[in-house]
Amino acid sequence: MIQLDNVSKQYKTANGSLTAVDNVSLTIQDREIFGIIGYSGAGKSTMIRLLNGLEKPTSGDVLVNDVNISKARGNALRNARHHISMVFQHFNLLWSRTVAENIAFPLEIAGVKKDVRQKRVKELIALVGLEGRDDAYPSQLSGGQKQRVGIARALANNPTVLLCDEATSALDPETTDAILDLLVSINEKLGLTIVLITHEMHVIRKICHRVAVMEKGKVVEQGNVLEVFQNPQAPITKRFVTQATSTGQKESVAQMLEDYREGQLIKLFFVGDQTEQPVITEIIRKFAVDVNIVHGNISPTKSGPYGTLIVQLTGSDADVAAAIQYLENKGIKSEVISDVD
Amino acid sequence: MLTNLFPNVEWDRIWEATLQTLYMTAVSTIITFILGLALGIVLFLTSPYQLWANKLANWITGAFVNVFRSIPFIILVILLIPFTTFLFDSILGANAALPALIIGAAPFYARMVLIALREIDKGVIEAARSMGAKTSTIIFKVLIPEALPALISGITVTAVALVGYTAMAGIIGAGGLGDLAFVDGFQRARTDVTFIATILILIVVFIIQFIGDFFTTKIDKR
Repeated sequence: MIQLDNVSKQYKTANGSLTAVDNVSLTIQDREIFGIIGYSGAGKSTMIRLLNGLEKPTSGDVLVNDVNISKARGNALRNARHHISMVFQHFNLLWSRTVAENIAFPLEIAGVKKDVRQKRVKELIALVGLEGRDDAYPSQLSGGQKQRVGIARALANNPTVLLCDEATSALDPETTDAILDLLVSINEKLGLTIVLITHEMHVIRKICHRVAVMEKGKVVEQGNVLEVFQNPQAPITKRFVTQATSTGQKESVAQMLEDYREGQLIKLFFVGDQTEQPVITEIIRKFAVDVNIVHGNISPTKSGPYGTLIVQLTGSDADVAAAIQYLENKGIKSEVISDVD
Repeated sequence: MLTNLFPNVEWDRIWEATLQTLYMTAVSTIITFILGLALGIVLFLTSPYQLWANKLANWITGAFVNVFRSIPFIILVILLIPFTTFLFDSILGANAALPALIIGAAPFYARMVLIALREIDKGVIEAARSMGAKTSTIIFKVLIPEALPALISGITVTAVALVGYTAMAGIIGAGGLGDLAFVDGFQRARTDVTFIATILILIVVFIIQFIGDFFTTKIDKR
């Protein structure tokens, strides 16, 4: 378990002090994939570095597996780090070492004997799907392959916690998905806790169980990914949710209002199981309304599907209102789109 | 035929002088490499945001390097005469040139080491720290291997400079090709001796450069 209690981190800069992390308290359970999302400068890079002591908090305590990382020094800290590995945005491989030698590096640091090391390296290369590339140098690998080496290296000492520092931000979308799949399979197969920071909602949606949203050093919102999606509170969370569902662009809403003048345009929010109910069919059967689907977007998340559907409802005002009420009763939130806001 | 072309050249002495030059260059290059590397690493690690960040230590090392790098070699040789006499009881011979050569070249090389280390991706050092590496592990398994091509091309440049320094060290009686060219060639107006000594110095420099370039390219996997 990872626990942060009232953690703050201030930096001294030329023009005064800068608060990168501002009084954050968090608990991350074992075996979960926990995402921290925020735009650049939100303090998430500092935050993840507090978890392995690369940064020391100005105040507060950071506990990882009952070790107080913020107080640990010397050997105690180095030993703790053998169990808290990190994967980096820019891979940070040693160019002077081959794939196998890079993966062996943390084992050398931990003082593992050579024959055990070689056996472990073979296993890890197979685990991340890089068979046959043992003797290649990083310069001969693609970005995705480099990150696979980075992940294999991070797993070498059988860590309990894996920290991912924007691990997919330097990769193209297809490679990103492959690496995310690998992270999920590692989480399931090896049962380790993954903490990742990202600025992409896509990453959170695809693999995280829980999420914390950061802005200006503070955690403004946290919880189950689906709940945060369903009911975003902070303005910044709403922006991220919009980014993930991408139906909210003002231009397209204006265009829709232009194109569908009759009846009412209604945006429906589906979360989790409701996505599987045939509600549209039901309202057509039960009420004298016509339903025209204008725009739809359902995305799978780690804890169930999430999405929005924009429909045009035509019929008498009473029937339309009754249909909307029926949907509300089914637990589907709706929003009448009347104007561009 | 050689005797006709170069009437004043005594080949035994030329050979002896070449060996002296090679000896002085080789020994001073090896010691300069070790001292310069150590100094450069200290300069790097004590600089701001690094593992041993320490303003005072960084300032002292930096001042030492800058002072000795700035003294013209020919003056350094003269300044060090008492020190050399204390060490070897004499200022004559190839060994007597070594203190001046090393003290002149090590700070020069330390600066090149610093530049080479600064070129290392900071993320790689951070990655090693995140794995729980000790500072000694970071020095020997990250800093030196990752900067090796630049460290080798730097020591090549330094070795070439040292060949030039050995020639100057000749004025305090260190021997070698520079001494031969100056005393036997210039002062006794035997141009052929100066000419042959120059050719041999050039050959030594070319060989050093060739070896340096060969290893720099061979180990660079970037």
